[in-house]
Amino acid sequence: MSVPHDAGAPGGRLLHRLRGGLRLRHHKQVSCARPVERPALPDVLIVPLQQHLGLPAQALVQAGDRVLKGQRLGEVDCSGGVSVHAPTSGTVRAIEHRPMSHPSGRSGPCVVIEPDGQDRWCEPSPVTDWQTRQPRDLLDALCAAGVVGLGGAVFPTHQKASLGRVRGTRTLLLNGAECEPYISCDEMLMREEPHRVIEGARVLQRACGAEHVILAIEDQMGAVFDALQQAVGEATDIELVKVPAIYPEGGERQLIQVLTGQEVPADGLPADLGILVQNVGTAAAVADAVIRGRPLIERYVTVTGHGVVEPRNLLALIGTPVSHLVHHCGGYRGDADRLVVGGPMMGFTLRSDSEPVVKASNCLLVLSADDLRAPQPEMPCIRCGECARVCPAGLLPQQLQWQVRTGQWEAAADHHLRACIECGCCDFVCPSHIPLAAWFRHGKGQLKAQARERAAADHARERFDARAARVERQKQEKRERLAAKKKALRERSAAKKKTPVSTEEVRR
Amino acid sequence: MLIAVVTLLVLGLLIGLGLGWAAVRFRVESDPVIDQIDAVLPQTQCGQCGYPGCRPYAEAIASDEADINQCPPGGEAGIRALADLLGREPKPLNPENGEEQPATVAVIDEQACIGCTLCIQACPVDAIVGAAKLMHTVIEQECTGCDLCLPPCPVDCIAMVIPDQDGTVWAWPEPGRPAAGGVQ
Amino acid sequence: MKRQAFKTSQAPHIPSTATVGQVMRQVLYALIPGILLQIVFFGPGVLVQIALATGFALGFEALMLRMRERSIARFLGDGSAVVTAVLFALCIPPLAPWWISAVAMLMAIVVAKHLYGGLGQNVFNPAMIGYVVVLISFPKYLTRWQAPADLSTHSLSLNETLAAILHGALPVGVSWDSITQATPLDTLKTGMHAGESLPEIMLSPVFGQFGGMGWEWVAAAYLAGGLYLLARRIITWQVPVSALGVVAAVTLPFWLLDPVTHVSPAQHLFSGALMLGAFFIATDPVSGCTSNLGRLWFGLGVGLITLVIRQWGGYPDGVAFAVLLMNMAAPLIDRYTRPRAYGT
Repeated sequence: MSVPHDAGAPGGRLLHRLRGGLRLRHHKQVSCARPVERPALPDVLIVPLQQHLGLPAQALVQAGDRVLKGQRLGEVDCSGGVSVHAPTSGTVRAIEHRPMSHPSGRSGPCVVIEPDGQDRWCEPSPVTDWQTRQPRDLLDALCAAGVVGLGGAVFPTHQKASLGRVRGTRTLLLNGAECEPYISCDEMLMREEPHRVIEGARVLQRACGAEHVILAIEDQMGAVFDALQQAVGEATDIELVKVPAIYPEGGERQLIQVLTGQEVPADGLPADLGILVQNVGTAAAVADAVIRGRPLIERYVTVTGHGVVEPRNLLALIGTPVSHLVHHCGGYRGDADRLVVGGPMMGFTLRSDSEPVVKASNCLLVLSADDLRAPQPEMPCIRCGECARVCPAGLLPQQLQWQVRTGQWEAAADHHLRACIECGCCDFVCPSHIPLAAWFRHGKGQLKAQARERAAADHARERFDARAARVERQKQEKRERLAAKKKALRERSAAKKKTPVSTEEVRR
Repeated sequence: MLIAVVTLLVLGLLIGLGLGWAAVRFRVESDPVIDQIDAVLPQTQCGQCGYPGCRPYAEAIASDEADINQCPPGGEAGIRALADLLGREPKPLNPENGEEQPATVAVIDEQACIGCTLCIQACPVDAIVGAAKLMHTVIEQECTGCDLCLPPCPVDCIAMVIPDQDGTVWAWPEPGRPAAGGVQ
Repeated sequence: MKRQAFKTSQAPHIPSTATVGQVMRQVLYALIPGILLQIVFFGPGVLVQIALATGFALGFEALMLRMRERSIARFLGDGSAVVTAVLFALCIPPLAPWWISAVAMLMAIVVAKHLYGGLGQNVFNPAMIGYVVVLISFPKYLTRWQAPADLSTHSLSLNETLAAILHGALPVGVSWDSITQATPLDTLKTGMHAGESLPEIMLSPVFGQFGGMGWEWVAAAYLAGGLYLLARRIITWQVPVSALGVVAAVTLPFWLLDPVTHVSPAQHLFSGALMLGAFFIATDPVSGCTSNLGRLWFGLGVGLITLVIRQWGGYPDGVAFAVLLMNMAAPLIDRYTRPRAYGT
């Protein structure tokens, strides 16, 4: 169903209706009321070597080294990941395992830096004349600058753009539709530095070959629209669109469906539709990397929730301990109960506030006991169908939860468990308080693990068959050699019988 | 009365002929069930099931010679998958063949290795590189943990270890249970 | 100032307020107008039946929960047994003996609900199972419907009602024949079979303006309650609209063509248990279909089968049987009406 929607520009784009979804209370006003600030340098910075999807970076420095701001701390081949850089100048205290803001609470190799207070930059390395350079150069610069998707998925941007270029991207979609409650970092970025976002769009356009750009924001972001309109200026190939503020319309696949009416195939990517989606924060980081030669060392982080005294947005250095940011926001309120990285629908909890801000940390939500769900007893599913009504992916959560619980993995895959985007809408509306989102996260992990095992087993079978074939071939060759030798021997003795030879010749 | 008998006889004959013709005309080729069973087995080629490899075990299951609960590396998940495939009841793993262990890989102690190549010949997936009188080493990604290299080694320098979990193998646990491979 | 030991939990972290108990309570509230009107027209018997059925239902539920080692506190309070009991009590004659409720609740709670796995697992609607069992086993007691107040020679007081239900004893000088009467649907059926024309049948005083006397208002009250449930999003529109819609759509052309031999759609809609069934019984989420398209088919089936039984079946009303038959078909309908997942 389409709803005509005036995007504020002539020829407004027709929007399509999102399937399911929820209208949630925003809670964004309070964190947008104050301007963005840079907190002071913390005492220590913990920079994990893996902050992206892929292979971890290998450390280039060791304990005792002095580093400059923006200096490369770790790198990995561009096919496996991106580099990691020092957020400020100082000394490397150690390279050790530390908790690295991961949902499992696990530790990973981190570079621990003690700032020297001088904040001295290393030599910036912009891509000169980027408007005329080859896309390959731009992508290499993004990898070297450590740019990843800042919307939360931290997929290496150069890999995504490169895939888009190869598959033929026609549209660059900048995602400013921050739909999860409480999070407002993208909104503040667009309000305060819209030109960085537009510059980044231009660089990405050149890198992936897109003909036109759509910048999507939510319809409740009032001031943002005007700021962006000014930054876009007279350009005709950048389209600003407002989408209704329904959760989870800001999800990549849902946004594409709402804006274009097309659905990304279940086992495919947006690149299959000729669309490249990037978060607006990523675009700003792209602009910094290519135009100004600065690597990704800081990001906008929303610190909010009833458990913190002064909710606001901060421009935080990667590696800053969470406690430092909370301190800058006035500290905890007495009833602060939980520390969530991300939003209230999809974020994960941290055990301790000494864990660092990483590239994926878009929001620090300090929830008080009142904000939280009191643990309710889980009742059996009454098949009310509310979960199916709100599912943006058109799934049947009540069937899926039954299948995941009982380990019917084939049936779960058949009901498209992989299409679940883990938005939590079904969980939120369930009157029986079944932890649906948790079951589906578990189920998807199991399906992935099974696929990995199947691939490994197939690979082992191929090697086994190849080895068996080789052994058989060697045996065959040996038999043939033996048969040939016997034949040669027979021919020689037959020949000898025909021609008489002297005794000396025989002995020779 | 006679008419009734004759009618029924004739009907029976006609229908019987029709069924016989249909059995030939619409015959369904039997499914390559051995391939399907083999696709489910873990390809460790370890022989714990009592058969010299996964394919012979698959053939034995297909011909009803072997039960579906003989494979320890496949574990309970494997038995469940076989049960689903063949429409049988899943049963617990037969303890005579071994217990379900966490996945391991072989590691050669390079100080003790004498370069005899006996383990290289024993490995069913060619996961050991080396040559006579030269260092042998196990390629961790290719090793399936089948244990077949341990018996031939004359200096007992191979150990089975659990591979390093540092990496991407963490998965969300079932709600209400603590994670495997994580801290929570 | 660092805080080390925050508690951990899994997303989503914000509260939602829906509960099973809340859903059940809304259903009970929506039934109140119908219950009140039933008391106005037919006396306080219905309240006694509700009390009896609820008591037996909760008793059997507690017994089964104990036997199945489930938490009584958690499950007894969810209101599902109460809803079953009340819906059953509204389907039976207000003066039915007390043991009818006992037998029916035994079948409904123990057999239809718990033996199938408890809350959320029953294939058949428990209230309808209970009703159908006693209907078939004890037809005499289940067809002894009271005449509405305006037509009755004697209106029973509360004490007399209690005596009738608990002891089967009527006050001196009052016989069962004098206070009971055929229901409108029953009158229609016997009249049609006897070959009378509709205008003749409709002369009977049991008929009111658009349905049975008294019954039409009770049905209208159920309609109001049903609309309330729709507004509160406790039920979805698919089942009531398709069930009532198909009844209206099928009976309308026949009635327009020949009003002498065919009953009007209004008469059908406001008679018997169709309103109650369409909004409260066929919308039971556990035993019905889950997808919205499936619910349309479900409602359609309920409406059609009810019409068929009313027209040609042995019973004057067929809602209970229709619901049970469609319960059987629900899994199949669900299989073929799965919504399309994104990207497939």
